[in-house]
Amino acid sequence: MTAPLPASSPTPAAFAPRRRISMTVVGPILALILLAALGAWLNPNFLSAANITNVLARSAFIGIIAVGMTFVITAGGLDLSVGSMAAFIAGLMIMVMNAALPSMGVGIPIVLLGMGAALLAGLLAGLLNGLLITKLGIEAFIVTLGSMGIYRSLVTWLADGGTLSLDFQLRSFYQPIYYGGIFGVSWPIVVFGLVAILGEIVMRSTVFGRWCAAIGSNEQVAKYSSVKVARVRLATYVMLGLLVGLAVIMYVPRLGSASASTGLLWELEAIAAVIIGGTLLKGGFGRVWGTVVGVLILSLIGNILNLTDLVSPYLNGAIQGLIIVLAVILQREGKSGA
Amino acid sequence: MDEALSAPVLALEGIRRSFGPVEVLHGVDLALRPGRVHALIGENGAGKSTTMKIMAGYQPASAGRLLVGGEEVRFKTMAEAEARGVVMIHQEFNLAEHLTVEQNLFLGRELKRGILLDKAAMRRRTRELLARLDRPLDPDLPVARLSNSDKQMLEIAKALSREARVLIMDEPTAVLTLAETAVLMEQIRALRAAGTAILFTSHKLDEVKALADDLTIMRDGAVVYSGSAEALSPHDMAEAMVGREMSDLFPPKPSLDPAAPLALSVRGLEVPGHASGISFDLRKGEILGVAGLIGAGRTETFEGLCGLRPAHGEIRLFGESVRFRAPSEALAQGVAYLTEDRKTRGLLLAKGMRENLTLQALRKFARILVDRRAEERALDRAVREFDIRAGSRGMLVGNLSGGNQQKLLFAKTLLSEPRVLIADEPTRGVDIGAKQQIYALLRELAAQGLAVVVISSEMQELIGLADRILVMRQGRILGEVAGAEMTEEAVVRYAMGVARHVRPGEIRSEETA
Repeated sequence: MTAPLPASSPTPAAFAPRRRISMTVVGPILALILLAALGAWLNPNFLSAANITNVLARSAFIGIIAVGMTFVITAGGLDLSVGSMAAFIAGLMIMVMNAALPSMGVGIPIVLLGMGAALLAGLLAGLLNGLLITKLGIEAFIVTLGSMGIYRSLVTWLADGGTLSLDFQLRSFYQPIYYGGIFGVSWPIVVFGLVAILGEIVMRSTVFGRWCAAIGSNEQVAKYSSVKVARVRLATYVMLGLLVGLAVIMYVPRLGSASASTGLLWELEAIAAVIIGGTLLKGGFGRVWGTVVGVLILSLIGNILNLTDLVSPYLNGAIQGLIIVLAVILQREGKSGA
Repeated sequence: MDEALSAPVLALEGIRRSFGPVEVLHGVDLALRPGRVHALIGENGAGKSTTMKIMAGYQPASAGRLLVGGEEVRFKTMAEAEARGVVMIHQEFNLAEHLTVEQNLFLGRELKRGILLDKAAMRRRTRELLARLDRPLDPDLPVARLSNSDKQMLEIAKALSREARVLIMDEPTAVLTLAETAVLMEQIRALRAAGTAILFTSHKLDEVKALADDLTIMRDGAVVYSGSAEALSPHDMAEAMVGREMSDLFPPKPSLDPAAPLALSVRGLEVPGHASGISFDLRKGEILGVAGLIGAGRTETFEGLCGLRPAHGEIRLFGESVRFRAPSEALAQGVAYLTEDRKTRGLLLAKGMRENLTLQALRKFARILVDRRAEERALDRAVREFDIRAGSRGMLVGNLSGGNQQKLLFAKTLLSEPRVLIADEPTRGVDIGAKQQIYALLRELAAQGLAVVVISSEMQELIGLADRILVMRQGRILGEVAGAEMTEEAVVRYAMGVARHVRPGEIRSEETA
């Protein structure tokens, strides 16, 4: 029921939509291409299928988590607990599978049980973070700083300071989930790819994605626009928890163990990947493809340092840090120029 | 009036300003004289803001001369302008909310003793400055706890402490109540008497009439009137601003169909802490005005009704008993609330028009995925039907003028096809041309069967537009006026509590209005 307004002067001619290539879009891609070119130039093995598969498979854990983190950050939140959460869920999954081994034996059912436990634990952990943030109104930073400490300590306690190891037979049976694949692409890469594509679609073209951006942009406006702010925000944390569970499912078969140092600093790498990809740390705008690029950039740096002896691999962290700061500076320039 | 005017303390001569290829100011002349109040009026987008920003050093002029005390200057920064005694006060205050009155007053120019802050001296100076403005605020109070008018006073005190010779105020009364406006006017008159040159903008022409000595009217980037404010009536000013004959500002009121069904029937609505015992009826096709002073609980009442804050009471919507716990539930039943605060509650300023337009009704544009083309079509329609004027389609909403933002907010709210529309201050900060459009729109919507509530602090607006007016005071409905009874006097009597029993002392603070 939109009544035409009496125009007080002729409306300007319908303006055409226009697109402009901006540094915030091109920047991360350009950086990725440059890094790949640098790697290929420094070491011919860089472009070998084995190395590329290795890089991608190792990126997959952080990548899957970072896709979830993109939604949390876009909606104006933050989750520092994902690394500890991953370690805790990995420990839990191993214990569940070991405990069920005598009654279930080695086979697909016990692996499914373990996967189910990991996803359930992820969902509950995300729910807990989300409820504390939305229902009690505590700052996301504080809540997840707390749960980060709690999960890290719990996994250390469960492992009694040592390592929780999956039963040897189970490990051999479960290993193909990490090392195997389909059409020559290993499963972690396939899953990461699917999560990234789905995430991109959800962010870009669904009501949920739009609402996340609206909430992160201005929570009050979202509320007054009848967006269910608390529910959407809660959903981002639950989704992130589930994705942490999924990453753990891919991770456990790789080493078959979990310890106090599992998933250490994953939260920072995931957040860094999100920011490098062009998502605004204060929320309001996010893009999943950028996050994927960010994850790849971070793992390429590590890989190149390992393959060449130009710079010590110990400086990996320093270079990553530099890239993060550079990415943010570039974003800001892109913004003021737009 | 004395024609032997003193020399201008600040003057613009042939000022031009271009953004890229677009020239927005086409040679503006303007002179501010000491001890005189100068009003600058014009529609949104006429170039008032740009003109003020050039005066205060926020933007450079592309061409033309800026003279301070007869001497040509070029301000590169606002600090340079301030050093020359030219200070601008923004509509959105530049105050650090968590800092105290004193800390804000001396922000960036703290008094020191050695390397430590000289708090005692700053506190003393703060008291002196505020006493000069007749506004003895506690220097240790955090600014977040001040009322809007006190924040305004603090901004003025800040300007005074910088020894302002020229004070530029962008819509100083937009966020003030009647009483606060009266206090501000007194302060402005006192500053004038002390020899300060004052420039202010306002959309309230009666204020301009009451306060200004000199008047400049701008339209489309050029000055169309420059001279004494006394010579023009508010009606003349409005015509000069829009550049055409102003027919009646308000659309004619049709006679109401007495048999029209009740759209909304509220009984005993309680909004804890803000309003209680709210009962009223609203018919289909009717425009119900809600008057009252700021702080009377009008906004809170209707936010409670729409599920935006906790409330309880009996609400019937077209005869059906309903209860809204969240705004989404109200919207699902066709009750939409258009907020008074478009900048922080209504629109995403950092997003484009399309995202803003469809945010509330987004589900209509999506099955699983959002149909972007349908959104673009909706935007085309909204731009056409609501006469939204934007420089380019990709423009951020924050860069639209106030009137165009408000029209976009209307388009957004109406996109969800409500049966009951609650419009809170629908024309705040909007120029007179856009106001007229919005009034016509509301009447047209009512004629189409929408039930409309208009909350407004502008008495003339309610009297001109509404079929009936409820008057609220201190969280209660004190009276209702309709038909020939709808006069400013009747509404004010209820709003001030004079029409009911009066407790002494209770009114005094508001009587200044």
